[in-house]
Amino acid sequence: MSAYYQLDFEKPVVALEREIEALETRLKAEGEQSTNGHRLRAEIDEHRRKRDAALREAYGTLTAWQTVRVARHPNRPQTRDYIALMCRDFVELSGDRRFGDDPAIVTGFARIGPMKVMLVGHQKGKQTSEKVACNFGCAHPEGYRKALAKMQLAAKFGVPIVTLVDTPGAYPGLGAEQRGQAEAIAVNMLEMSRLRTPIVSIVIGEGGSGGALGIAVADSVAMLSNSWYSVISPEGCAAILWKEANEQTNTAAAKALKLTAKDNLELGIIDEVIPEPVGGAHRDPSGTAQSLQQWVLSRLHDLRGKPLDELLEVRYQRYRRMGVYLEQAAPVPSR
Amino acid sequence: MAKAAADGNARTWSDVRPQRRASIPEGMWVRCSSCSKMVYKRHLEANLHVCPECSFHNRIGAAERVKQLADTGTFQEMFANLTPTDPLGFKDLKGYKDRLLAEQIKTGRVDAVKAGTCFIKGRATMLCCLDLTFMMGSMGSVVGEVVTRSIEHATRDSLPLVIVSCSGGARMQEAGLSLMQMAKTSAALARYDDAGGLFISVLTDPTTGGVTASFAMLGDVILAEPDALIGFAGPRVIAQTIRQELPEGFQRSEFLQKSGLVDRVVPRAQLRNELARLIDFAGK
Ligand SMILES: [Zn+2]
Repeated sequence: MSAYYQLDFEKPVVALEREIEALETRLKAEGEQSTNGHRLRAEIDEHRRKRDAALREAYGTLTAWQTVRVARHPNRPQTRDYIALMCRDFVELSGDRRFGDDPAIVTGFARIGPMKVMLVGHQKGKQTSEKVACNFGCAHPEGYRKALAKMQLAAKFGVPIVTLVDTPGAYPGLGAEQRGQAEAIAVNMLEMSRLRTPIVSIVIGEGGSGGALGIAVADSVAMLSNSWYSVISPEGCAAILWKEANEQTNTAAAKALKLTAKDNLELGIIDEVIPEPVGGAHRDPSGTAQSLQQWVLSRLHDLRGKPLDELLEVRYQRYRRMGVYLEQAAPVPSR
Repeated sequence: MAKAAADGNARTWSDVRPQRRASIPEGMWVRCSSCSKMVYKRHLEANLHVCPECSFHNRIGAAERVKQLADTGTFQEMFANLTPTDPLGFKDLKGYKDRLLAEQIKTGRVDAVKAGTCFIKGRATMLCCLDLTFMMGSMGSVVGEVVTRSIEHATRDSLPLVIVSCSGGARMQEAGLSLMQMAKTSAALARYDDAGGLFISVLTDPTTGGVTASFAMLGDVILAEPDALIGFAGPRVIAQTIRQELPEGFQRSEFLQKSGLVDRVVPRAQLRNELARLIDFAGK
């Protein structure tokens, strides 16, 4: 517990958690039946109540920038955690058959409850070596091409697709550009829009721009309540529009970008917000996995009954209506 | 045209420039941003804004692009009644509403795109051009919608589609809505593809970010003007990420062609011809 990465707004919570730990150690040493046992137990319960209240308060009023930092919490569950927690069977499939295998995107057949699915998700990595191998969740073109190849494989057998989005953005590097990062993402969006099988997508952490959308064109899209999704990271936006990324401008940019789950729901970009346990997914990965699983199964249940042509038409219209503009009665003259 | 070879000794334009200069009024000369030579403005314009000295392709706006590509008098503008708004109430150092207004006054344009039907050397075509002068040609809801409607119109009327791109990417001030334009335009192109349409994507300097990562890289044929910057990430972001200098010519048209991402690098003077040739091969 004390290993919690400390977010500044969690300080009162972490302080209480330390006290609980200390009390529990004492209780263990003295024993439940000791003279102090009853008093210690009561004290622990009281501290727990206080901690839960503090958590609810801290997480009830997160700013957009604080939400981004929760979404990046090092203990936050990632695709491989959810696979372990919610898939009964997982047959991982590697490689794009063109260039290589990108560990930043995990793909494979999986069983979730009674459903067979193709699971596709970004993986950021947890230990340093895994983080480096995964480029911190920034996929290369081969990652996007691998994702598409496996999704097309799923479509061939009518297996629905579940994608988990968690990336700061697609990797900006020499090889990535040379091998067509932009083309890979673009082709994925085009092909996903016409894949003849249901697709559901959930932003589980970071939904960084095209790198996220490259595996997130779907029939139904949800976000975990402490994840973010936008066209650019707050730091990237602050650096360009505020000329400098610092705590203050990041906070302003995060707010301006309307990147929280609630904002995205209001903008019609996503269909549903999946609430996380109090204190965030990192405090209760299995509870979060349960909510994810429930949402996936209920959405796939609805989508599977639909004729494919109708499914694709509704998917097309889902994206077709995106955007807000004014339509004047007459053409506006321009130079 | 710039090269005079009167007595067999090839002379460049700059050789003859000093003698002529006196007869041309001030302000009629521009310094080429690439070779730094002084070029007579009217010659530059007649040369499609390509430097007669060094062949540097100057950036041009959408109206000029349409003028260069469409047969004279055939361009019928469409979707010009779509205007941007500020759906997010976006405010950085300046409000998006104010920024839009300032850009509209500066450019005389409503947003960063111009689309319509035209003939290119007699071939009926749906033409859509981004405009770099308006907020760096960035794609927000209006650009995404006009591009999508252009694709849909080309699908309905079985027209070949030419999109000339130049853009800094998705427009930050419309955030998630801009991002969704990438999916919207790509999905429309999937249907155009299903219908057997020919899409020629023309990449010009610069084409980056969310525009490259959507319709611009989805052409059946992809052409690029010489030495145009084309990429997903901007060069500065890449240099910062990898902490080293980028190789010479990296992310330029010729590099993309060598990397297998662009079909042909086409000088501006040949673009109309090339488009017509390709349209004929596709039989539309
Ligand atoms: Zn020049």
